[in-house]
Amino acid sequence: MPKWITQVGCPYCGSSCDDIECLVSDDGKKILETRNACVIGNEIFHHVSSPDRPKRPRMRQPDGSMKEVTYDEAVDYTAKALIKAKKPLIYGFGSTNCEGMSAVARVAERAGAVLDNCASICHGPSFLAIFDNGYPSCTLGEVKNRADVVLFWGCNPMHAHPRHTSRYSIFPRGFFTTKGQMQRTIISIDPRETDTAKLADYHFMLNQGHDYELFDAFRTVLRGHDIPAEVAGCKREMILEAAEKMKNARFVMIFFGMGCTHTDGRNHNVDIAISLTRDLNTHTKASIMAMRGHYNIAGPGQVWSWQFGFPYCIDLSKGTRAHMNPGETSSVDLAMRDEVDCFVNVGTDAGAHWPIAAIKHVKKHPVITVDPNICMASEIADLHVPVRVVGVEEPGVVYRMDNVPIQFKKVIDGPEGVPSDEEFFDKVYTRMCELTQTEPIWVHVKEHAKASSSLEH
Amino acid sequence: MAEILIKNGFVIDPSRKINGDVMDVAIKDDKIVEKVGSGAKVIDAKGKVVMAGAVDVHAHVAGPKVNAGRLMRPEDKLFKSPDAQEHYRMEMGFSIPSTFKTGYDYARMGYAFVMEAAMPPLHSPHVHEEIHDTPIIDEAALPVFANNWFVMEYLKNNEIDNAAAYVAWIIAATKGYGIKLVNPGGTAAWAWGLNCLGINDPVPFYDITPAEIITGLIKTNEYLGLPHSVHIHQNSLGDPGNYTVTLDSLKLAEGVKARNKFGRDSVMHSTHIQFHSYGGDSWANFESKAKEVMEYVNTQKNITVDLGCVTLDETTTMTADGPFEHHLNNLNHLKWANVDVELETAAGVVPYVYDKNIKVCGIQWAIGLELGLYAKDPMRTFITTDHPNAGPFIRYPRIIKWLMSQKAREATLDTFKYKDKVIDATNIHGMDRELTLYEVAQMTRTGPAKALGLSHMYGGLSAGLDANVGVFDLNVKNMPSDPEMIEKALLRASWFIKSGQIVVKDGEITGHGNKRTVWVNAKVKANPQVTRDINEKFLKNYTVGIGNYPVWDALAPNPLVIDIDAEA
Ligand code: SF4
Ligand SMILES: [Zn+2]
Repeated sequence: MPKWITQVGCPYCGSSCDDIECLVSDDGKKILETRNACVIGNEIFHHVSSPDRPKRPRMRQPDGSMKEVTYDEAVDYTAKALIKAKKPLIYGFGSTNCEGMSAVARVAERAGAVLDNCASICHGPSFLAIFDNGYPSCTLGEVKNRADVVLFWGCNPMHAHPRHTSRYSIFPRGFFTTKGQMQRTIISIDPRETDTAKLADYHFMLNQGHDYELFDAFRTVLRGHDIPAEVAGCKREMILEAAEKMKNARFVMIFFGMGCTHTDGRNHNVDIAISLTRDLNTHTKASIMAMRGHYNIAGPGQVWSWQFGFPYCIDLSKGTRAHMNPGETSSVDLAMRDEVDCFVNVGTDAGAHWPIAAIKHVKKHPVITVDPNICMASEIADLHVPVRVVGVEEPGVVYRMDNVPIQFKKVIDGPEGVPSDEEFFDKVYTRMCELTQTEPIWVHVKEHAKASSSLEH
Repeated sequence: MAEILIKNGFVIDPSRKINGDVMDVAIKDDKIVEKVGSGAKVIDAKGKVVMAGAVDVHAHVAGPKVNAGRLMRPEDKLFKSPDAQEHYRMEMGFSIPSTFKTGYDYARMGYAFVMEAAMPPLHSPHVHEEIHDTPIIDEAALPVFANNWFVMEYLKNNEIDNAAAYVAWIIAATKGYGIKLVNPGGTAAWAWGLNCLGINDPVPFYDITPAEIITGLIKTNEYLGLPHSVHIHQNSLGDPGNYTVTLDSLKLAEGVKARNKFGRDSVMHSTHIQFHSYGGDSWANFESKAKEVMEYVNTQKNITVDLGCVTLDETTTMTADGPFEHHLNNLNHLKWANVDVELETAAGVVPYVYDKNIKVCGIQWAIGLELGLYAKDPMRTFITTDHPNAGPFIRYPRIIKWLMSQKAREATLDTFKYKDKVIDATNIHGMDRELTLYEVAQMTRTGPAKALGLSHMYGGLSAGLDANVGVFDLNVKNMPSDPEMIEKALLRASWFIKSGQIVVKDGEITGHGNKRTVWVNAKVKANPQVTRDINEKFLKNYTVGIGNYPVWDALAPNPLVIDIDAEA
């Protein structure tokens, strides 16, 4: 009999929904059906059983073709490439678990690599603002239970985080928000009329790239000063009205996305958004949150902060200390300056997301992609190492966009012989130690007893 | 692991009232034993002090707010991180060190056990991920309860058995250790941007007062018979004049008896009491009330305290007292992080510079030390900095130096820009008490082990206890006249043996030890109402499924579980 497994985590977007239900085949190898997931999430669960999925590493041959190799060969190749390189770059981590990130961090430290994650090209500017101004935030349950004014600034969850609005931010009925959407004022700030904007009570269709001015106008008004008749293409009356709504709210929530970080102003937009949040806290309660893209892209920021003190752009090449200086130690900048002589892409697709010029540079040297799927990064690689899919075939801790850790369970067995990211990189580490005749540093017991049922009520 | 004999040291072991006698300490595997064979490795401790591994009763070393501090403060690493030791992980950060540096630094000072002082239950997997990445030292974590919806609801109706069933479930689910209270009711109020500054201020919406929460959780704690007492960070932290609130809440423990099987006598641990011993009604007439607070504590045998001494460093404040961090941020205007946690708690993080040139900082420094010097019972008074709030834990040896040497205190006082004003507002100037190493061992080893209900493992050197032994280059019979030598010797142990393994030699780390996570598993009768309430709140108000909430065993791979049967 196929069996329903409940409270499964969805390894796709930063909503990190953990209420998915999967119907698993008798032999525990296939997901037949899912419940609760959105369209994208559903796709992820079915995709794992796709017959085209690679199940063995493939290495590029002198004639340019790809040939299957063993995992041991893949481990050996990766270890040697990392040892040989002066400044390898290990990048990605949008889609793996914290156990994998930790295993890679150990490898990177041994290799003297630069360790970076996708934040480098998405919420990197947010980190810069946080370094300057802090981050007054909350967990998503606070939004669900309390928020009565919700701003979406430069983000469109209806598309990018489909269940965000139903689980957390617009529709749910929470403890103090028993009327759900009726009780919430939704403000969308976006130059486009997105589906989220269509849902909003107020849509500020601002002139593209003028976010800073509009934030500034809100702050000015909240501090009791006057503003011009029009700011950033938005009418004063509407700004005054929305500011009044915020001021009189019980709990204001500001979500911001790439529309803030990747338009003119970048980190300055986030900085002033944080300042607006701080200002609002003198009137009422207010909180702010970055709409992180992937289900565990908050993970590397956490794991590496406790291991190295920095969330991203971590240059370990000195060997003695970690060094972070985005612009200098950020992936794309390093690549563009041709400073990288080995590139390892883990749990992401740099091939699709990076500027072509940057990819051309890293292509001059060994490129290794560790990812369950065929993607652009796997196709340009010299070595592609398929791994188990976290959240489906491999359990692990992930950090949701609000930095809440969620223990994602395993639903089905992975393909025979395919390792997890963690297992693969632990082997690479061991191999590097063998090759350099050095002792492994504090390899502690790792076992996945996982998912204790004894405590369930 | 094998046998080790630490020979001829000056042994200081208050658990057996041994004060500097020249003795040997024998170790077999991970325990202290009466004697070992002739093949044992011999460590010559002649002319040096031998003490049990130290026990830190309160520090913020792992979890979401510690990491928020690390993440938002790159400057805490810049020019402040030492070079990595070969064969060891990198060591980054000063006031909020990386997990690796945390483990190494504690070990270098001879610490065997550290209590993470505030674990938001929802974030407990995170806390355990960090604990698991902290080498050498044993750790436990206290889940926070005093602003939790369930707890407030049960205590409002005086349902101690329900509160106990819920608390027991959370402690087991989070692999926690006991009951932490932070700004009872005030942090719940902060969810709406408000606070409770007095213990009789009603908590908005919940129809309960901080006093009722404190009293209720003390009862709950003793109902369960937990190894540790309730551990409380009181209301009105950091405010001028707050010492009356402190005394009011301490009084709630009067007449309550400890009920447990762990040899604990206290029913309330009042943490970082320095922040709660303030007089005056503004920063202008801010003054020390250390004497008043400590005089009360001295008379109450069922209260323990830790100092929370200010170390005069640039540091990172962080607490589940969300409204306090917001308030502090309005004073210093530096960056501010906040994390409100659904149904449970909140936290804030703000960098802070305790500057010798600022009068208030000088007064705070004096208050912390005065509390230690007024303490009559070092077995109930523990040395902390509320790391990293009043300063980083690597300053413990400096605090000990100040407590042991009037000369050192006066020398520091002399560096203050507003020395005279600090002297006017405090009693530190001229206080001639100098603590002995024996008293220091009580305050850092035997005392905290007892308050935590862990005397059967830590805090002494009797046969049968865990083999945690530090050797320090201090001659008790001939203490150095230069107080700096005290700090130097305690900062870097000559030897430190943790659970029978030599992990420090000549102040350098020599091994990763075998760290453990200590947690409490309290069994209570099945309680259908509480089970129903938990399920309902998870369905309606939480955003994480109940099945994904309890911390996996794999996250605490080296557990030491203390089982309790509350019904027995
Ligand atoms: S909203 Fe995101 S996490 Fe939730 S089911 Fe859809 S893709 Fe998965
Ligand atoms: Zn504390």
